[in-house]
Order: sequence, then structure tokens, then C-alpha cells
Amino acid sequence: MKVLEGLLYSENHEWVRVEGNKAYLGITDYAQHALGDIVYIELPEEEEEFDAEDSICTIESVKAASDIYTPVSGTVVEINEDLEDDPGAVNADPYENWIVCIELSNNSELEELMSPEEYKEYCEKEE
Amino acid sequence: MEGLKKTALFKCHEDQGGKIIDFQGWALPVQYEGIIPEHEAVREKAGIFDVSHMGEVEVVGEEASDFVQYLVTNDITVLEEQQVLYSFMCYEDGGVVDDLLVYKYSDKHYLLVINASNVEKDFNWIQKNGEQFDVEIKNISSEISEVALQGPMAQEILQQLTQEDLSEIKFFYFKEDIDIAGVKCIVSRTGYTGEDGFEIYTENNNITKIWEKIMDVGASKGLKPAGLGARDTLRFEATLPLYGNEISSEITPLEAGLGFFVKLNSDDFIGKEALVKQKEEGLKRKIVGFEMKKGIPRHGYEVYKGDEKIGFVTTGYFSPTLEKKIGLALIDIDQGQIGNQISIKVRNKMFDAEVISKRFYKKNYKK
Repeated sequence: MKVLEGLLYSENHEWVRVEGNKAYLGITDYAQHALGDIVYIELPEEEEEFDAEDSICTIESVKAASDIYTPVSGTVVEINEDLEDDPGAVNADPYENWIVCIELSNNSELEELMSPEEYKEYCEKEE
Repeated sequence: MEGLKKTALFKCHEDQGGKIIDFQGWALPVQYEGIIPEHEAVREKAGIFDVSHMGEVEVVGEEASDFVQYLVTNDITVLEEQQVLYSFMCYEDGGVVDDLLVYKYSDKHYLLVINASNVEKDFNWIQKNGEQFDVEIKNISSEISEVALQGPMAQEILQQLTQEDLSEIKFFYFKEDIDIAGVKCIVSRTGYTGEDGFEIYTENNNITKIWEKIMDVGASKGLKPAGLGARDTLRFEATLPLYGNEISSEITPLEAGLGFFVKLNSDDFIGKEALVKQKEEGLKRKIVGFEMKKGIPRHGYEVYKGDEKIGFVTTGYFSPTLEKKIGLALIDIDQGQIGNQISIKVRNKMFDAEVISKRFYKKNYKK
């Protein structure tokens, strides 16, 4: 299972890449593996606002639909539209293929997230 | 996964990296490599499934034929020895107890193969209704294991392990005491995928050998172990019903569009009166196919025409073979015409759908 340096991680297996006041959000290798073959991603709209722990999008594998919860509050400023045609890209490379970009409204939430080392340990416990 | 029943093949699933889930109280693999590659293997080459959780009930006795005819909706008088028939057991009101395969050994000996989730309910039902007949009914589910070898390469793979000419076993026929890799088995040309293939039954302590030998000779031909996930997507594309989805105690075979397996002119059977009446009065709802452009339908989602709820989705998927978002839904019959525009409620949002033919995938049986 791959965990990338330079990212922050949530307990729900999302990753966050912070760039200034913006955060790119995706799911981790652990999550894509658990979900299986992804066949559809229902993306939010740009300018939609979310609180931390809200369901921000739904990922559908062959077997089931799973909600993805944003670990940070803010406004969607960009969505990865490529995923509409090729949702399986998230399976192929979950860290390259971000899902949404959020303008952060509460930077202190980032402190709640895990470092790569902490996340690795967290996953080992989940096994 | 504590407390779950395990099939004799459990260790094989673990060794092959199967993702084990709780399926109706059984610890079984939902997938190994992934649902899509396993699904494709069965459509293009071959896949092997552990279906040992299925139930088997033996009916033996002077009145075995009369009893089975009374129990099921299809006409078993047309069955030859060593032939298999798909049928339903219905309640008096026409709702379905279970769907099953009837294996005929002789007029005095039948084997009924039933769904894992229904074994106890079915066995009680069969016993209760068998009281008035001269038959002996035995639940042998816990003694028998079963694998399904499915796909266009199935015969070529299995032929390497037996002297028996498998091409002589025609579609929906079986042979008993066939020697597969030195193990005595029952082999039928049946399945639940829409492809050619076999179902192989043997005693629990021999099934691992069968599985391993088939994997040994099949791997080079593209054979993959396949889990419950692919089993469901495959049967769905071939419009084969699943108990609890397309048929249930609340949905009759006629509503499910499976009247072909209900012979209303055959001798009296349980549920006949109700089904005759339902047919005479006309159906109020039926199962249709539909396609969506956006959103993926799932079992249980509500179906609407405008603001009016007209039914629910029985099964839905992003179809791996057709690469379409398709489903089956039980809806009001006057909304069932092909081309009708309907809506599916997905997580509180309405998505457009169109009624299409439910023959999603053309079955590749060897007849």
C-alpha cells in the first residue's frame, strides 16, 4: 500500500495536498483498493460549499456506492472533470488523480489531519 | 468473520487472495483480483466459482414424480432421466418460496438444488408438503460441495481431467459418477452466467482436489477464480433472476416475466390457482429493463414517472460487458413500454432513464 510524502491524511482515507489557501482532495491507495474497480464518480458542482465531514462526492464501484467525506471545510473551486470519462484513473493512480479542489475556510482543520507516518500506522491498525 | 459457516474451499480462497465477506452467513470471496477482470474472464475465457453454499435436497420414493410436480411450477413430466429443469416453488398466493434446479435421476429419484439463503425455509416447506406423499426427503446440503466452471473455454479445460466425452452432456443435462481427476462427481451443463459451462458436485472432502486440478489445467487457458461479485454482474447481464431481487415471496414469476417456467396447464401445483387468476385478471406490474445516461441504479432505488412513484429497481449495475448503466425494475405495467421515459431516484436526486429491452446480453449457451 502506497502512502505519499508531502500529503495530509484523514481517518476516512482521503488525502489533502495544500497549496496556499487551496486544498486538493483525493482518496488514498488504501481506499481505492478497498472500493475495488471504480466505475462512476458523482462530482460536486463548482462553488458548492461544504463543512468538514460532509459528503462531498460519491464513488461507485461495481458493487456499491460509497460517500466520500471532506476532511476540510470550504468552497469547491475546481473539479477533476477527467474523472467523468475515466473514473478508473483513481484506481490506477489515486494520488495523481485528485477529485476536487477546495478553497479552505478554516485552516486550523488541517492540524487535525495525519502525517504520512501517522497514517501508515493508522492503516496497519485497521488491517 | 467469526461465527460464519465456511465451505470446504475456504483455505483456497484465502490462499488466492480472496476478499472474504459475510454472504447470508457464509464466509465467501466477493472477489479475488477484481470484479471486472473476473467478469471478463468468464465472458471471454473461463472462471471458476465456489458455490458450495447452495443447498441440495434429495427426494426419493414411489411418488417422487407426483410430489415434485405438485411442489414446482414447471412441468416435470417432460423431463428425461439425467435432465435438469429450472423452476419455482410458489406459495399458495403465487409468491415465490425459491427458484431451483430439478435434477431427475428417475421417476423415483430427484435432486433439488436451492439457494443458500433459503435452505432451512425451503427444506421445511418441502417436508411439510411432502407429508401426504410416499417419499423420503433428505437435506444433504452439508455433505455436498459444488463448483461452477463457466465460460467459452469451460469444456476444453474440464475435458483434460476426464475420459468422459463432455460434449455428450447437452445443455441442461447431467451425468452422475463421472470421474474428474480421480474423483466421482455429478456434472451438469448448467450455470448462472449466460455462458456455456458446468456445475460439478462432489463430497466435501474431494472438492479441494477438483478446484486445484481445474486451476492447474485452466490457468494457461485464461481461467480465473471468480467471486460472488462477478457472479452477480454476470447473471444480471444475462437477465437471470436472483431470489430476493427479481423474485420473492412478494413478486410472482409472472410479474418477473418468467411465465415460461410456470406451466399453468400442468397438473395441480402449489400456487396454481393464484397464478391462473393473476394471468386472467392481467398483470398490474412487471419487470422491465432500463438504461440511464448518468447515475448508477442500485437494488431498492425508487422509480418515478413525473412525481408519481411507479416501482423500484430490483437490480442495477454499471454493466462490465456492455459498459452501460442499466437495471431491472418492477414497475406499473402501463409504464412498461420500450422507449418510455422514467426517472430513478439516486440519493434523493432524480435521474433520467429509458425503458429498454431487458435482454441486455445474448446468452452463449451450447445447445
